[in-house]
Order: sequence, then C-alpha cells, then structure tokens
Amino acid sequence: MRLAFTLGLALSLAALSATLVSLVWTPYDVTTLSIANKLQPPSPDHWLGTDHFGRDIASMLMAGARTSIAVALVAVGIGMGLGVPLGLLAAANRGSMTDEVVMRSNDLIFAFPSLVIAILITAVFGPSAVNAIIAIGIFNIPVFARFTRGGALSLWTLDYIRAAEVAGKGRVRISAEHILPNIANLLIVQGTIQFSLGILAEAGLSYVGLGAQPPTPSWGRMLAEAQTMATIAPHVAIFPGLAIVLTVLGLNLLGDGLRDRLDPRLRHAP
Amino acid sequence: MTRYLLRRLISLAVSLLVASLVIFAVIEVVPGDPASYMLGLNASEDTVAALRDRLGLNEPVGLRYLHWVAGMAQGDFGQSYTYKVPVADLVADRLVVSLPLALYALALAVLVAFPAGLLAASRRGRAADTAVMGATQVGIALPNFWFAMLLVLTFALHWQIFPAGGFPGWTDPWTGLRALTLPAVALALPQAAILARVLRSALIETLGQDYIRTARAKGLTRGQTMLRHALRNAMIPVLTILGMQFSFLLAGAIIIENVFYLPGLGRLIFQAITQRDLIVVESVVMILVFAVILVTFLVDLAYAAIDPRLRKRE
Amino acid sequence: MSLLSVRDLSLTFRAAPILSGVSFDIAPGEVFGLVGESGSGKSMTALAVMGLLPNGSTTSGQAGFAGENLLSLTERRMTAIRGNEIGMIFQEPMTALNPMKTIGDQVAETLLIHRAASRTEARTTAREKLARVGLPEDRFPLSLYPHELSGGQRQRVAIAMAIALRPRLLIADEPTTALDVTTQAQILDLLKGLTRDEDMALMLITHDLAVVAGMAEHVAVMQAGQIVEQGATEAVFRTRSQDYTRRLFAASDHRPVRKTTVREGTLLAVEGAVREYTLPRPSAFAPHPKLRAVDDVSLTIRPGESLGLVGESGCGKSTLTRAILGLDQLQSGAIRLDGQAVSAGHTMPAGLRARMQVVFQDPYGSFNPRHRVARLVAEPFHLTGTPPDARDRVAAALEEVGLQAGDMDRFIHEFSGGQRQRIAIARALIIRPDLIVLDEAVSALDVRVRAQVLDLLARLQESHGLAYLFISHDLSVVRSITDRVLVMQSGRIVEEGATEEIFAAPHHAYTKRLITATPRIPDDWKEDSHARRT
Repeated sequence: MRLAFTLGLALSLAALSATLVSLVWTPYDVTTLSIANKLQPPSPDHWLGTDHFGRDIASMLMAGARTSIAVALVAVGIGMGLGVPLGLLAAANRGSMTDEVVMRSNDLIFAFPSLVIAILITAVFGPSAVNAIIAIGIFNIPVFARFTRGGALSLWTLDYIRAAEVAGKGRVRISAEHILPNIANLLIVQGTIQFSLGILAEAGLSYVGLGAQPPTPSWGRMLAEAQTMATIAPHVAIFPGLAIVLTVLGLNLLGDGLRDRLDPRLRHAP
Repeated sequence: MTRYLLRRLISLAVSLLVASLVIFAVIEVVPGDPASYMLGLNASEDTVAALRDRLGLNEPVGLRYLHWVAGMAQGDFGQSYTYKVPVADLVADRLVVSLPLALYALALAVLVAFPAGLLAASRRGRAADTAVMGATQVGIALPNFWFAMLLVLTFALHWQIFPAGGFPGWTDPWTGLRALTLPAVALALPQAAILARVLRSALIETLGQDYIRTARAKGLTRGQTMLRHALRNAMIPVLTILGMQFSFLLAGAIIIENVFYLPGLGRLIFQAITQRDLIVVESVVMILVFAVILVTFLVDLAYAAIDPRLRKRE
Repeated sequence: MSLLSVRDLSLTFRAAPILSGVSFDIAPGEVFGLVGESGSGKSMTALAVMGLLPNGSTTSGQAGFAGENLLSLTERRMTAIRGNEIGMIFQEPMTALNPMKTIGDQVAETLLIHRAASRTEARTTAREKLARVGLPEDRFPLSLYPHELSGGQRQRVAIAMAIALRPRLLIADEPTTALDVTTQAQILDLLKGLTRDEDMALMLITHDLAVVAGMAEHVAVMQAGQIVEQGATEAVFRTRSQDYTRRLFAASDHRPVRKTTVREGTLLAVEGAVREYTLPRPSAFAPHPKLRAVDDVSLTIRPGESLGLVGESGCGKSTLTRAILGLDQLQSGAIRLDGQAVSAGHTMPAGLRARMQVVFQDPYGSFNPRHRVARLVAEPFHLTGTPPDARDRVAAALEEVGLQAGDMDRFIHEFSGGQRQRIAIARALIIRPDLIVLDEAVSALDVRVRAQVLDLLARLQESHGLAYLFISHDLSVVRSITDRVLVMQSGRIVEEGATEEIFAAPHHAYTKRLITATPRIPDDWKEDSHARRT
C-alpha cells in the first residue's frame, strides 16, 4: 500500500511538474510545423518521436497536460464550489423542502451524462475547451452534493452537534465549524477521484471534437489525429494514451493512499 | 409496494418533464433563431422564412413545447432537416447498433467484474486481492477510446481476428456480433474495473456486519456465508453503480462508435451537430436522457425486489 | 465430567496479548457465568471456543469438547460443530439477523446447512422452535422480516436459530445488554427455561453481576485477559476473596454520598407538553397515522433538585429531553425555565439557553475529534460571550472534574470513556448553568468508572447547587442520584414521587413491573464478607 501511494504521488507530481514546466519551456515549439520531420519514430532528438506535422510529441504532451489539468481542475472547482455548500445545506435541513429540491435537482443532473451536456452546449455554442469545463463541472455538482450530504448526515446524528446546538449555535455555523472540517478528508479524496475522471472526460470530449479546439494542444485531440496513422506510426497513438493512463492512475493511487492515511478509522485499526 | 412503485413512477414522470423542459430551453437559447442557425449565414430570407414556418417557429414558445412533447409521446420526433426523413426512423435504424452494443458491453462488464470482485473480497489482503486491485486501478485509468485503438491495432490489424470497424448489419447475427466485440470489450473493461472495486468494497463492508457472524455461528462456511448472505446484501451499492454505468456506457458508446465507424446514435448525433440539424440533436438527446431516467427507475424497482425493508416502508 | 473444559487458553492478536492462561469448566446442563468489564476478554474467550476469532489471532492451550480440542480442529470440522453442537447468540439483536431474509428461512438455514432435515421438515422445525422461544405462529408467521420485529423479538429469533439443532452448549454474549429491563427479564427467563428443558448448558457472558447472580450456578470473574476468581456463584459473591471482585461488587450498586439542598421556587416547569410525529401511511391512500411521543407531560424541577426520569426505549424521554433543551418544538404545552419560555431554534435568547446545559450518553460521539479540549470545553461561551480569562476558566473546570489543566491542549481521542464524560461535565459546567440535563450520562460506562462519575456528579451538585434532570433506563443508577423520580411509559408520566418512596412502594403496575424486572444481587449476599468472617 505504501508502494502504491508513493507511485501515485510520483506520477501525480510528474504530471504536475510537466504542466508547470511547459508554461515556460518545452523541448520544441509546438506551434511550428515541420512536415519534413513528420512521423519520426522515437530518437535521441525526439524522445517520443514526432507527429504528422513533424511536431515533437514530448513537447505536445507537456503542453497538452496543461489543457487536461486546467480543465479537470476548474471542473472539480465548479463541482466542489457549488456541490459542497448545496450538500451541507441539504443535510442541515434534512427532510425539508430545501433538501428535497436540492436532491431532486441532483437526480435531474444525473440524467444528463457530461457527454450529453457537452453535446447540447456544443450544438448551441460550438465546441471549445470552456464548454468541456462547463459540461464536466455541471456533472460534478451533484456528485459532490450527494457525497457531502451523505457524509454530513451521518455527522448530524452525533452528540457533539447536539452539544453545539445547546451552546446556541445555528445550522450554518455548525456546518462550517463542525461538519465541514470533519468531512474535509473525504472531500479531498473524492476531489482527486473527480479530478482524474475529469482528465478522462476531457480527453474523451476532445477526442470527439467537443473539447479543446486547434491550436490548443490536448491529449484527446492528439489521439483523434493519430487514429488514422496508428498503423504506420503506432507511437503517435501510444504515447498520448500512456500519458493519460499514467496521470489518471497516479491520481487514483494518490486518492486511495490519502483515504487510507486520512481515515482515522483505518489509521487506528489494530 | 404499490406505494413505493407509485412514488417512483411519479418521480419518473416529473424527471422526464423537467428534462424535456431543460433540453427545449437550451435549444431555444440558440443565438439568433433556430431556423437561421440551421441554415447558416448564406441562406436567403425566403428559405429561412419557409423553414421557420415548417418548424412552427411562428407559434408561441409554450405551444411549440407542447407540440414537441405531444409528438414525442406518440413516437413522432419531427422531421430531420438534413436527411428529410422522420427522426424516429433515423433513431430506430441507429438504435439497432447502439443498444445491442451497450447491452453487450454491460454483460461483459458484469461477467468480468463479479468473479473478480468475489475473488478479491474473499482473499482480502492476500496476493489475489492485490493483483485484482492493481489490475482494476489500471482499468479505471484507461480511456476507453484509446483502449479501443490498441485493440484495433492488435486484434484487427495485427492478428486480424476481428474487423477493425464498420457494421455489416444483423442479417447474419454472428458477423454482427463479431463486429461489435472489440467495441464492447473497449467499453466494458474500464467499467468492469469500477464494478469489481465497488463489489469488493460492498462485500467487505457486508462481511463485517453482525449477521455474518451469526451465520458463521450457525455453522456456515466462509464460502456459504459469502454466497448466501453477503452477496445479496452487497447488491444495493452494486446496483446503483450498474445503473450509473448504463449511462456511462451510452455516453461511452457515442465515443467508441467513432473509433469503429459504427452507424449508431453517436455517429448520428455528431453528424447532426456538424450539419446543425437541431431537430435531430434535440430528439436524440431527449432519447438518451429518457434511457438514463428509465434505467434509474428500473434500478429503484430492483432495490425493492432485493430489500424487503423498502417494500414495506412508505 | 465436564462438557467444555478450557485449559490454559492464551490468545494474542497481532502480537498483543489478549488472554492468558484462561481455564474453566462447564458441566452439562449448567449455567456458567463469565463476568468482567469491557475489554476484559470475555467475548474473545467465547469466540476462541467457537473458532470465530478475527484474522491475526493466535491461540494456545486447549478447549476440550466431547473428546476433541476445539482449538486444533480443522475449519471443516468446526463448521460441523458450530450451530449443531454449540450455538451462539450475540449482543446486538437489531443487527444480528440478515435484514433481507425472512425469519423462517434464517431459522431453517441452521437445519439445512447441517443437512439435518429436508426443506419442508426444516420449516416445520423452524416453526416449532420459534413457538418455543415465544413467537407463536398466529402472530409471527415464518414470512416476517427482521425489521418487522422489536429488539426482544429479534433476540428470540436469534435464540431459535441457535437452539434449532438442540446444541449441548449455548454461548450467549451479553444477550440482554441492548434490551430494556422488562424484555431482559423475559429473555433471561427464556434462556433459563431452555437450559432446563433441552438439557443444554449455557455460557452467559455479561458485565452485569446482578444478571449472573440470578442465573448462573458457577461464575468466573475476568480482568485484563485473566480469570481472577471462579467458583460457585453464591460462594464467590459472598466471600469476594479477590480484591478485584470486591471492587467490582462495591461499584455495581454504588451509592454516592449526597447532600442536596433543594431551594424554594421552580427552576424548570413543563406544562402539558405534547409532541406528535406523523408516521408513514400504512397503505397508499390511508391517512397518516400519528404517534404521540410525548403525551400531556407536566413536570417541575426546583433549584438544586435532582429529578430522575426513567422509562424504557421508545417511551418518549428522548423527545421530551430535546424539547426541554430547546432543540425541538412542542405541538402544545409550554416549557419555562425560571419563568421564561423555552423554544426551539433562534427564538430562544442566548442568556436563557446559558442557564441549562447537557451531558450525553456516548463518550465517543460527544466531541468534535478535530478540536482540542480547550476549544471543546469553551464551546458554551458562545452563549455568554468569551470572557478574557477563558483559558483559566477552562483549566478550573477541568480540575473541578478531576482532570488536569494541562489536558486542555490534548485531543479527545487521547482520553478514556470515563475521562471523556468528565470533559463533557466540564463543558456543561463552564458557564455555570442552573440545570444540567444528564441524558443517560453514565450508561455507557463500566461499573467502576460509573461509580466515580456518580461521585463526581454528587459532589458538583452540592458545591454548585445545581439542579439535575437525570434521564436513564437504569433504575439503580436513578435511585442512587435523584431526590424525586418520574416514571414514563408510552409518552405519559405514569408515576411520580420521592425516589425512595417509589422504589420502596411503587403504585403503578408499570413501575412495579420495572422494579421486579431489574436483576438484583440477593441482599444477604451483600453483607460485608469481612464482618462475617470475624
């Protein structure tokens, strides 16, 4: 388990640092095309080879990480920013009209998979990375709302909440002071999971053309462009996929490891 | 039981109603008006006016919504602007591919996930568990469309066991199934990984319950306890995930159809988006959402079938 | 010739010693009691005999049963013995049955699993056994699910499952601890009758000396994984030759020395309180039935007085408590604290709230695990505004309840259950309330710790002139700490009066039932052993 956590941490850090480094430096410029160099296999010059426009794949992957991570991060931010308060509100007013409305709207959003939301938005406004963020973000709201509500409800039954009520504290204050800190660990773990799902979703949307548009580099779009060339130059299709798998795997292992570390029940177990 | 059923049915109807309102509203906010949007910039005013007339855009919004819903209730989804055929016919043609694909994938996912989850839970903490859990971590991280590309590279182009794409139709069920196999595997494996993990943790949670200890005190072996007591009781979370996975499979199928050039709903919707055929987009989205809501409803019924407490309560 | 003969049983769990050198014998047909406080290793002893220890346990020694050593049998052989020759029931009847299977199937399963009967025969036997444990066919068909039964009824089902194959030994691990006292008496009666009729030995594990006194022929007292004393129950209880037994005995009906000064006036007055809950409809179009959890209850507490409120689970005492604390609204009636109306939510002025605090039952759920003790104890300052000397006041409160000022920088998980209840009392005291509501405040504690906390409560009441509302299902505790007592049944107060008078001469039939059902150690056993020896 320690090994898995370390591996997860290493992979996540690698993805993150690639993203940060790409902001200032990539081995090659990803906007310059060099048809003469197209579809080169991996070599000392181009560690991961070049694509059909002769661009360096390693550089493309670094720049693509930026898109993936930015989209997933903002989408998780939207999901948490709206979902967590809604979940807390619903739990604090369990069984009330508010609770009912929040939960039913959640059910409704669940009926729209993020791809469907993306399709609707794209059909109306045209494709873009922002639409991908909105689509994934909207889908994240009910995920966090339900999760928060579930965690909060089990805390609301505890006596320390009663004690806080007897001390005259209101529901909002109790939610902020006693509920939220005690579910924060769960939320961090769920956050990493949704973050990795967000990366997968962004790749899928970009792959079918509903996400990032040229010239924004994106792992999903690299794969879409590679598809027709996969037989003659498999490396074009393999490396972007590996980048996705390793990043998502890293985040998932990190999330699992965090859960084991942060869950006091697991930590104190004999 | 009737009360539970009634509540679920009402909830189903309300969800459908609200979902249709949302979809209709989104299409309504199209910049400009739908007719000129669909025809593009070069369209003459006359053609736009003709289309407006045909789409009923001159009617008040409320009336138009009612017409749309009433039409759908009778199986009339309107006329595709680009294909000039009823949307219902288009969808029916495509469903013949998409629905079997989703079901095929679901069956594969369950077939893989159940033995894996049971094995991991019963060998908790041992080598088999670690192996299964490691494999599922990778499975979850796999983007299905990339996995599909790898499958094509190996099983279609390298070894040529399965076709690389296209769909020959169901005239020969065997070749039809063969054409759907790689797409189904690509869809199923990541889902199977999630399902196996959920099943494992649900089983482990259930195995920690007091009534499992009671069963063991009665003289049941570990295996008997697992099959007679734990498995069924662990089905509630597993069903929840299965229900959600159906919608992921539907959505995933839309993407996978692109990898394999399958003439399913996914291809239809992407063509419709490029051709700005809002009628088709609107209807297909409604059908997808309808399918998800219906599955949720079926999952709710399955809960009640499994858990006697739900049958009596409410 | 003993039925079960445990010799030198030792157990380690992941290198930690749990049991060491445990030896005892159980004769056929006898009731053998195993008593001790929580964590003493009673349950682990039983699980070792059953071969149901958690993974990571290592045992040594012997458990002879019918010529075989249970500790060295194969798992296959053990499954043939479990449920067939040795049955077992557990503490929590609410969770001990599979919620998704009918009670008939669960009882019949014991027979089917041991291939002792065909499917039809198994159902017939299941029917008989359920009738034997007091669940007759007309009211309890085999098709019922556990959630349709009460706790006591579920424990009966568990017993039927355990005795379906007429085992020679039944192990009962705290079988009545989770049950109300009247139900407990019925279950104990049933178990006694079964050992007599079925020629079955019973190994009764409990923390309650009084239960053992009334049930067991032989008893073993456990402490920290060892048996400190064993023998014939009466002899062990009368002589108490070991120090630990003596202390346990003294604590089990400890009476703190109380000097209360009840002052004139009325501190809390509840007048005609009614709280109704709407229940789910029985069928689709029937009206919602209503449950009157609190039905026209009136009571008063005078300043400095300690009032007891006793009743079994579901009698409405928790609902009433919530209303008194201003956490829940009444439908009708009024609650006044020193003449001012108590109401739920923000409508109740902070100054009024500050005159009343509470201590709850669960020492583990009563504190936010993320805050340090200083912050936990200071929480009620929210009502009064935090004074500049808050830390000093917290320190003083901690010292008052027998802890140290330095404890305020520690987290709650560093404290034991008894210490946590002390911290809860410190939290209640910090703003100097007039009334403290003690909601089953000592029910979760072991007897010796409970005795100490009761002493503390008595001392604080005297020094601060506090009024207590002491809510409990445990009659002996209520008797030891209250001046006056109310008996509540089905939402109503059925009897009220001075504590000693009520216990000595109850009038209401329900009160009488409660008092008779409470297990007691015979009075003549309690005479001081030293006195008699001289």
